[in-house]
Amino acid sequence: MTRELVVISGKGGTGKTSLAASFAVLADRPVIADCDVDAADLHLVLSPRVRERHEFRSGYEAILRRERCIGCGACLAFCRFGAVRMTTEEDLRSARDAPADCDHCDYCRRSCSTRTNALIREMAATIGGAQPAVYAIDPTACEGCGVCACVCPANAIELRERLCGEWMVSDTRCGPMVHARLGVAAENSGKLVSTVRREARRIAEEQRRPLVIVDGPPGIGCPVIASLAGASLALIVTEPTVSGEHDMARVLSLTAHFRIPAAVCVNKWDLAPDAADRIEDRALKAGARIAGRVRYDGAVTSAQMQERAVVETDAASVEDIRSVWSNLSA
Amino acid sequence: MIAAIASGKGGTGKTTLAVNLARVFGSDVQLLDCDVEEPNAHLFLAGDAGEESIVTIPIPEVDARLCDGCGECGRFCRYSAIVAAGAAPLVFPDMCHGCGGCAYVCPQKAIREVPKRIGVIETFRSGHIALVHGRLDIGVAMAPPLIRAVKARRQNGAPAIIDAPPGTSCPVIAAVRGADVVVLITEPTPFGLHDLRLAVDLVRELRIPFGVVVNRAGIGDDRVHAFCARERIPLLLEIPDDRRIAEAYARGKLIVEALPEYRAHFESLREKIARMESEDSE
Repeated sequence: MTRELVVISGKGGTGKTSLAASFAVLADRPVIADCDVDAADLHLVLSPRVRERHEFRSGYEAILRRERCIGCGACLAFCRFGAVRMTTEEDLRSARDAPADCDHCDYCRRSCSTRTNALIREMAATIGGAQPAVYAIDPTACEGCGVCACVCPANAIELRERLCGEWMVSDTRCGPMVHARLGVAAENSGKLVSTVRREARRIAEEQRRPLVIVDGPPGIGCPVIASLAGASLALIVTEPTVSGEHDMARVLSLTAHFRIPAAVCVNKWDLAPDAADRIEDRALKAGARIAGRVRYDGAVTSAQMQERAVVETDAASVEDIRSVWSNLSA
Repeated sequence: MIAAIASGKGGTGKTTLAVNLARVFGSDVQLLDCDVEEPNAHLFLAGDAGEESIVTIPIPEVDARLCDGCGECGRFCRYSAIVAAGAAPLVFPDMCHGCGGCAYVCPQKAIREVPKRIGVIETFRSGHIALVHGRLDIGVAMAPPLIRAVKARRQNGAPAIIDAPPGTSCPVIAAVRGADVVVLITEPTPFGLHDLRLAVDLVRELRIPFGVVVNRAGIGDDRVHAFCARERIPLLLEIPDDRRIAEAYARGKLIVEALPEYRAHFESLREKIARMESEDSE
């Protein structure tokens, strides 16, 4: 049975990736999954040689065919994500970043009892002034729900599957690694995380590897939930700061919510020893176990510069990281 | 003026920058903490709590007496949030984006929309700083609607600082969209540089003027500086790697109060941001 260790933190920048890279070195035949698909950094340490690349398509985006658009404004009235913008021919050429004029008051929709869009057309003409109104869809705001395509009386909008990024299977000195790159301003990072994890687990089972190490994203939202679901253990890396403590408490509520066993590691503990004590107390009370502490160590940055995991150097914190690892494996 | 503070990598100092920048404003300023998954700005601003309000998204509720099981709603939904299997459809609230499509397409008018709580907005007042933050409920996946709700609290006219979440995907876009200037904060390390590049691609995609702040300057190397020079990105401020800053931060103190010698750093940043904004609007 393959186990899955997910390294998360709540707060960003507490040392998830540096620890995950060290665990990848210390573990026995692991598969590594970089699930921080927004800002993936593990490859900077593990120097993967890419074996396979796959396009990641997920969800949809609305494409407005200008030649068919009759300028009625139904799409603008119905879009709840501020993705439809009314503009003029001129504006459309010059600016894509103007905010949507619609503030979702919904007046036009509620007022248009016949649904023939006559009133909407009239309103659009009024707001648009002398120039004829044209509409544009901002792909970075569109959530691909398809409502605009559905309400468009002229069939001017179609939905296209969206290319959101790519995921890769690679070889590293520690074992196979699955990682990904989310496209600029793309959506569905949660689904990309699920894809990366599923692939890592498949490889582990196929090659009878005992452990998948997941480098997770910060926060508690969609990509974190996707990283956690069904994992054997979550290691929460925190730091002895007011933010670190606050965010650890929230991420521990999340692991409890999904009933994932949690362990806590205080990184840079000697920055504020009293806060480290308090954090561990709080973690124990919340039902987590303590995986250990790692000292503040400038050599962690030097290891990163040399593209090595901390445990591959002679940094002072190596013994701390080894002890955390043996506590986790116990 | 709206300035958004963002970064690809987490933990580079977004909140530190946002709260200290807000503190050196001479007049009223709004601080909109859009890191709704982990809102931290309030930990640094001792102040009076104001009101709290619940934020919801609309999700479908099916009236089984009216539903004839036609399945239009399930065929419409792109998020698998409503699934029609023969009889009355099942709703999966966690998947729902609240687009309203299912209610619109239902021929029987059997679907009405009901509010589902996703989090709260809280306000605080600390001197001249009006802080608004969102707090996403535990287990809720979708942050963008709450981020949009926080931003809807912006008062026209008053300057605003947005503290964005880390990363480069939908929550960051929801947070920085509509800002006049974006300040990207990073560290001079390989991780910092790699994630800065992603963040630069993002703000270029959104076509917002931006500059870079280097935090913990002195660790790592000069590759971030070289990158900014090559890409003609203005370097707005360097905050040195000073253990006293880390310790003040750890205890929830503002740098400009605990270490007044840094006050001028943040004042110069405030002026540079104002200049970027006025140049852009010319």
